[in-house]
Amino acid sequence: MGFASEPASAQRPLVKRYAGVVRLAHWLNAVFLVGMIASGLQIYNAYAHFGLRDHPLALPNPLDGQAIPQWALLGGWLAGGLNWHFALAWPFVITGLVYLGFLAFSGEWRSLLFRPRDFGSAVRMQLYYLRLRKEHPPQGKHNALQKAAYTGIVALGAIATLTGFAIYKPVQLAWLTTLFGGYELTRYWHFVTVWLFVGFTLLHVALVFLVDPASLRGMITGWYRGRFPSHD
Amino acid sequence: MTDGVRSLTRRDFFRLGVVAGPASVMAACGWDGGPVLEPKLRAFGRINDWVGEKILFSPNGTAREYPVSARTPMQNFPTYSITYNRTGSFPAPDNLRDWSLEVGGLVRNPMRLTLQALETLPSLSYTVKHHCVEGWTAVGTWTGVPVSTVLALVEPKPESRYLRFDSFDSRYYNGWDLTSAMHPQTILAYAYNDRPLMMSRGAPLRLYSPVKLGYKLTKYLSAMTFTRDRPGGYWEDQGYPWFGGV
Repeated sequence: MGFASEPASAQRPLVKRYAGVVRLAHWLNAVFLVGMIASGLQIYNAYAHFGLRDHPLALPNPLDGQAIPQWALLGGWLAGGLNWHFALAWPFVITGLVYLGFLAFSGEWRSLLFRPRDFGSAVRMQLYYLRLRKEHPPQGKHNALQKAAYTGIVALGAIATLTGFAIYKPVQLAWLTTLFGGYELTRYWHFVTVWLFVGFTLLHVALVFLVDPASLRGMITGWYRGRFPSHD
Repeated sequence: MTDGVRSLTRRDFFRLGVVAGPASVMAACGWDGGPVLEPKLRAFGRINDWVGEKILFSPNGTAREYPVSARTPMQNFPTYSITYNRTGSFPAPDNLRDWSLEVGGLVRNPMRLTLQALETLPSLSYTVKHHCVEGWTAVGTWTGVPVSTVLALVEPKPESRYLRFDSFDSRYYNGWDLTSAMHPQTILAYAYNDRPLMMSRGAPLRLYSPVKLGYKLTKYLSAMTFTRDRPGGYWEDQGYPWFGGV
């Protein structure tokens, strides 16, 4: 990608981009998410199907009946997987809540929350990425597509948590389980969140290196000398 | 000054990043936590047991009942027994005619209940969903005597806090809190889908409840003992969550 019109990196201003809370939450979350997925797959391995035993769900599952390979598992066996999953769920959820709480109190949410008015800007951004538009649309700290992604991933975390509770206590929290379509379907949605988390992470990491490598330093040290120094 | 603080922070976060990578890789690979972490994880599981028992569990809220037509075909409702896994045949008491349930421990009126005696007590029948810890479910009809009815007969002493259910299936057993045992849908079941329990289902008597995972539902019952201290369980002792409520 060519950015001929942009100042050389030495001329770019050095700005404080991410607060300590955000950076800590980000990296802790990465570790906890890996643990949640690996222990979750260990649990999945105990019954690698979806739906009632005599009525499988008519929804796609490329891993139906497939044993997840050992390298992707955490817990050693079903009980170990359960214990890891239910233990890591606490710091996973707490980290998420601290992050959201910080965004709310600091006002940082303004640069992250995707709102309906961002829709047009998101389309322009997508056109730019598809090379159908020459100029990079003006943006603040994050562009509209980033806002969509970072809002979506929080929503995904919330859905993963809620569907998790719904299959953890399908009788005590029957209202929640019913909301997601019953136990068998909820267990499927919970599994789908894994795919979405993995897909998000791959895209997220790829874009960091392809589009804005300076943001990696920003997420580690907080300081950023990159293409998008403007703040809103 | 500022620079010093900044570089420290930077180094710290670098370190975190460096640790996070290998930790994530190590976390996978089917690791159970090792001799140090694994017992800590189990201990932590007691917090989840507490939340499950004291916060999420409704002592009188009942699980949804299903129409008889929703029953899972019997061949799709797995059976399970420790003895069967070891020997290929289901466990049986020495003499089925002499079988009785021994109810004792911290109670005022310890007693032995024969199947005939249990069948004369008021019974409860429901068609409910069974949740296995493995993730599968199945619907079945269970008939039996509420544990609360037996409790009223034997009169537990005030210091009794737990119930231990023993079986003649290779020493399989489960520990229950009294509140779960007193739940209106917790029964000593002697019939499945309108027929006397088959050997594969825990004959002659098994514990059943739609508010617990399958491994908490002791089959092939031999004794029911009220205790002060918390009994473990066959799977619970090996690491499965103790409360096991759904």
